[in-house]
Amino acid sequence: MANLATREAYGKVLVELGKENKNIVVLDADLSKSTKTADFAKAFPERFFNVGIAEADLIGTAAGLSTCGKIPFASTFAMFAAGRAFEQIRNSVCYPKLNVKIAATHAGLTVGEDGASHQSVEDIAIMRSIPNMTVICPADDVETMAAVKAASEYYGPVYIRLGRSSVPTINDRPEYKFEIGKAVLLKEGKDVSIFATGIMVSEALKAAEELQKEGIDAEVINIHTIKPIDEEAVVNSVKKTKAAVTCEEHNIIGGLGSAVCEVLSEKCPAVVKRVGIKDTFGESGKPAELLKKYGLTKDEIIKAAKEAVAAK
Amino acid sequence: MNRDINKLKEIAVEVRKNIIKMLTESQSGHPGGSLSAVEILTSLYFSEMKVDPNNPKWEDRDRFILSKGHAAPVLYAVLAEKGFFDKSELMTLRKIDSNLQGHPSIKNTPGVDMSTGSLGQGLSVANGMALAGKLDNKDYRVYILLGDGELEEGQVWEAAMTAAHYKLDNVTAFVDFNGLQIDGPCTQVMNVTPIADKFRAFGWNVIEIDGHDYNQIFDAIDKAKSTKGMPTMIVAKTVKGKGVSFMENQVGWHGTAPSKEQCEQALQELGGAING
Ligand SMILES: Cc1ncc(C[n+]2csc(CCOP(=O)(O)OP(=O)(O)O)c2C)c(N)n1
Ligand SMILES: [Mg+2]
Repeated sequence: MANLATREAYGKVLVELGKENKNIVVLDADLSKSTKTADFAKAFPERFFNVGIAEADLIGTAAGLSTCGKIPFASTFAMFAAGRAFEQIRNSVCYPKLNVKIAATHAGLTVGEDGASHQSVEDIAIMRSIPNMTVICPADDVETMAAVKAASEYYGPVYIRLGRSSVPTINDRPEYKFEIGKAVLLKEGKDVSIFATGIMVSEALKAAEELQKEGIDAEVINIHTIKPIDEEAVVNSVKKTKAAVTCEEHNIIGGLGSAVCEVLSEKCPAVVKRVGIKDTFGESGKPAELLKKYGLTKDEIIKAAKEAVAAK
Repeated sequence: MNRDINKLKEIAVEVRKNIIKMLTESQSGHPGGSLSAVEILTSLYFSEMKVDPNNPKWEDRDRFILSKGHAAPVLYAVLAEKGFFDKSELMTLRKIDSNLQGHPSIKNTPGVDMSTGSLGQGLSVANGMALAGKLDNKDYRVYILLGDGELEEGQVWEAAMTAAHYKLDNVTAFVDFNGLQIDGPCTQVMNVTPIADKFRAFGWNVIEIDGHDYNQIFDAIDKAKSTKGMPTMIVAKTVKGKGVSFMENQVGWHGTAPSKEQCEQALQELGGAING
């Protein structure tokens, strides 16, 4: 199994897309080595713009470029894209429904040692709440490449949430297909539906494997597109299993857990257990240590799945 | 207060060594912008600011905001040297459960006056502290250190207007003018110069100095204190990575920790730097 950070895959696919489509332009805010847009900058220096440490300006400039037919990919850390530039994204990108792609890296706790000031645990929630926004959180390198390509072919604002740390490749199989808004069934099961996004998808698969040994047949569904969420996939799975677990490297408020609850409460009420960050800030530490301390592990998913099954 | 420059130079050596040791231990963090600010922070904490390590939240204390929060190691090394917490804690930098977070956190570390790390926000907060001081008729002063790259953030200029508009002469800001940010020299990534002229145009009292020269730093601080009706910006020309030959003026040492061997070499160089 390969191990690659989703931001690395982003850097690679941008260069490929840049070769095929001259309208693709890339912007960064003094983090191009970390976000990996430096790869594109090297290949197409005339189509790369570094605005300096100025995230509001980053988004506004991207908006302007998009009105003239360019397809801008704007990158910085998730904290500063979704956070600092929220209102520029809301009013200069989403309200006019412009064709701006925001690829935000270093999302979640796995930023690691930089600590809470840099660990966005709320970006899915705030991006998801803006009308016209599409929110994608790829699970691995394969999915990142597919998502970035799909975003470039779709007209409208897209927020792509990427990570700093390496994650195992799980989608490297011939039948894998990415479609915005279409969940991916990774394992069929009848006892509980585990919905996961981003780096938690591989943990969910590990959890399902162990649950199987204990006689619990879990279904695992990768919700790479959190908005628009694949309602049909969520409802159909839970109609069968009657219990759900959500897993995300994000606050349990406002992210995937909330999105799944919104769908189920209206269309198929069921027990839902949310695995995620329990409405708290992170801290400095190694990514793996943080995931453990803040309850983002397969063990937590197993525990939640058992609770969900018991509560049926 | 004591302005014994030889003593300060000794402290600076100690602080620099601790920065290197901490970063080597954590294998993560920002040496360049920590080393460039050593003289500025040691001047403030050891010869200027009214602070009490035994009473870090003392209401009448002078305040300091490290707006370029990634330089946390220099702040921690100085606070430990000053006695706000035990020096042994320095080796826990950036580790899980530590009081020394990757970026300064008011909730975790005694002596830290404001949580920072997201660039561009500090000067607004400094203004707030200064306005409160004026409202309450307190004579504490508010000091702040910004990065030159950090000046690219729009909020800095909003705050620059506010400070001048409200005549915040109790605010003294420093820019660590080391010429580098992450993606390269500031002039190439996004030109921030001329810094002094910009702040002058924004209504600030501006003083340009060598940020490694204690006499010039004290001179500037004295001028700031005697200037009424406007805030002061001290544009301090510095060398990123100052004191460690292989780090000096190297953009690659912004956010990279030294290896054990590099640590040894750095400590050796610093050991002999007292009279440098
Ligand atoms: C709002 C925000 N955007 C981006 C970053 C990432 N970042 C950390 S340090 C840095 C460069 C800072 O350069 P400068 O202000 O010149 O600091 P110094 O050279 O003194 O280290 C950047 C872009 C951040 N911390 N905050
Ligand atoms: Mg700088």
